[in-house]
Amino acid sequence: MNHKIVVTGVGATTPLGGDVKSTWEALLEGKSGIRTLEYDWVAKYEVPVTFAGIAKVASSEVLTLQETKRLDPSSQFALIAAREAWADAGITEVDPIRLSVEFATGIGGVWTLLDAFDTLKEKGPRRVLPMTVPMLMPNGPAAAIGMDIAARGGVRTSVSACASGTEAIANAITRLQSGEIDVVIAGGCEAAIHPLPISAFASMQALSKRNDEPAKASRPYDIARDGFVMGEGAGALVLETEAHAKARGAKIYAELAGGAVTSDAYHITAPDPEGSAAARAVIDTLKMAGASPDDVAHINAHATSTPVGDVAEYVALKRVFGERLKEIPVSATKSSTGHLLGGAGAIEAVFTVLALKHRLAPPTLNLDNPDPAIELDVVTSPRELGENILAISNSFGFGGHNAVVAFRSYN
Amino acid sequence: MALSQDEVLSGLAELINEETGIDTDSVKLEKSFANDLDIDSISMMTIVVNAEEKFGVKIPDEEVKNLLTVGDAVSFITSAQG
Repeated sequence: MNHKIVVTGVGATTPLGGDVKSTWEALLEGKSGIRTLEYDWVAKYEVPVTFAGIAKVASSEVLTLQETKRLDPSSQFALIAAREAWADAGITEVDPIRLSVEFATGIGGVWTLLDAFDTLKEKGPRRVLPMTVPMLMPNGPAAAIGMDIAARGGVRTSVSACASGTEAIANAITRLQSGEIDVVIAGGCEAAIHPLPISAFASMQALSKRNDEPAKASRPYDIARDGFVMGEGAGALVLETEAHAKARGAKIYAELAGGAVTSDAYHITAPDPEGSAAARAVIDTLKMAGASPDDVAHINAHATSTPVGDVAEYVALKRVFGERLKEIPVSATKSSTGHLLGGAGAIEAVFTVLALKHRLAPPTLNLDNPDPAIELDVVTSPRELGENILAISNSFGFGGHNAVVAFRSYN
Repeated sequence: MALSQDEVLSGLAELINEETGIDTDSVKLEKSFANDLDIDSISMMTIVVNAEEKFGVKIPDEEVKNLLTVGDAVSFITSAQG
């Protein structure tokens, strides 16, 4: 039998807030999490981009000293979001072998790796700490969560650049549907606001260079958009079979109705301008959800604010939804949070779930002059949604990765 | 200037606390790293590397296995400062 999957817990630490409540409130209020960077290395390396979406609450304010010393910043964010989601779900009893983790990162422990290389150069190999490898490995965040909640049903890491977070959620579906496991913590994280990734993304002309107006820099669909804005943090969902959730009387946010992953095989960074594989990810997701394009009533778009990417996603959506696309309220929440890379799909899944629960689509900032090439109904102030609807959240990543998940209102 | 045994002990206790969260007052000369303080090999090596930096000494890898108690480490560091 195919088990229905429900969301019973949410967690996040983002540029807007240290938890889901503060993040969601700031998002609805139209606040920006993008700020000028106040680190010494900004001037030291003369990095070309001097702003980003720094986590609103430092992990060191939440975790113990030992946790911050033994975990890469990406794993620290992951643990904070996962613990919030886990506490929110209120699971007191679960069979550890039927509990698993699907947690993503786009880049992995880049701070640990580069700090260790600096230590090697400055002080020699003896000073390279023995925790370096477990801290830098990309499965570090998933492993940290797995140990924290004693998950023995498998701990897996999705790594597909900016599609990673959504892919991790999609990857949880089959095992829950089959009844092989009961509960999954799924999500993604990123902590890559470091001079090297900033320089590298800037070098490929992917980042906005609006240094004088950080809060205006992430402007999906606006004619003057000039690139994405890096963000950091994590998002997490507790996913559970409906049977397991009902048996323990859990509160249920929404149903995870479907998810799919496809690949472009077109170009290592540029999206396929035809958008056929991206469109197929949406169609496969809807098929799994037993739904048609006509059922979709809200989209949390990938919409990173790059000139090419926003159009490519629009083209893909147009293939799926045709003329009706203009009637679907679209939220581009990276305008507030920046782009959390491997964490993006995870926090956007949290936003999509909350949009269904509160029947409210979050706003998109900075859409001053809509790009005439993109005909969407972009939500610019919180908009009421229907009662029983289906919503999708898209993520696309360098490498030609396309990942989509669909959530349905749950009553 | 070389540190006294007490100063090395208190410096080492701080390093152990930072790495493991163990209360500095629990770090006493007679305590075994593995059996009493439950310090695993990876934490032990982290403490060794940090101790080398903090006390300006070299603790060869082959010596680490002989440092069974806090007292062993304090003695080694105290004399290595020499």
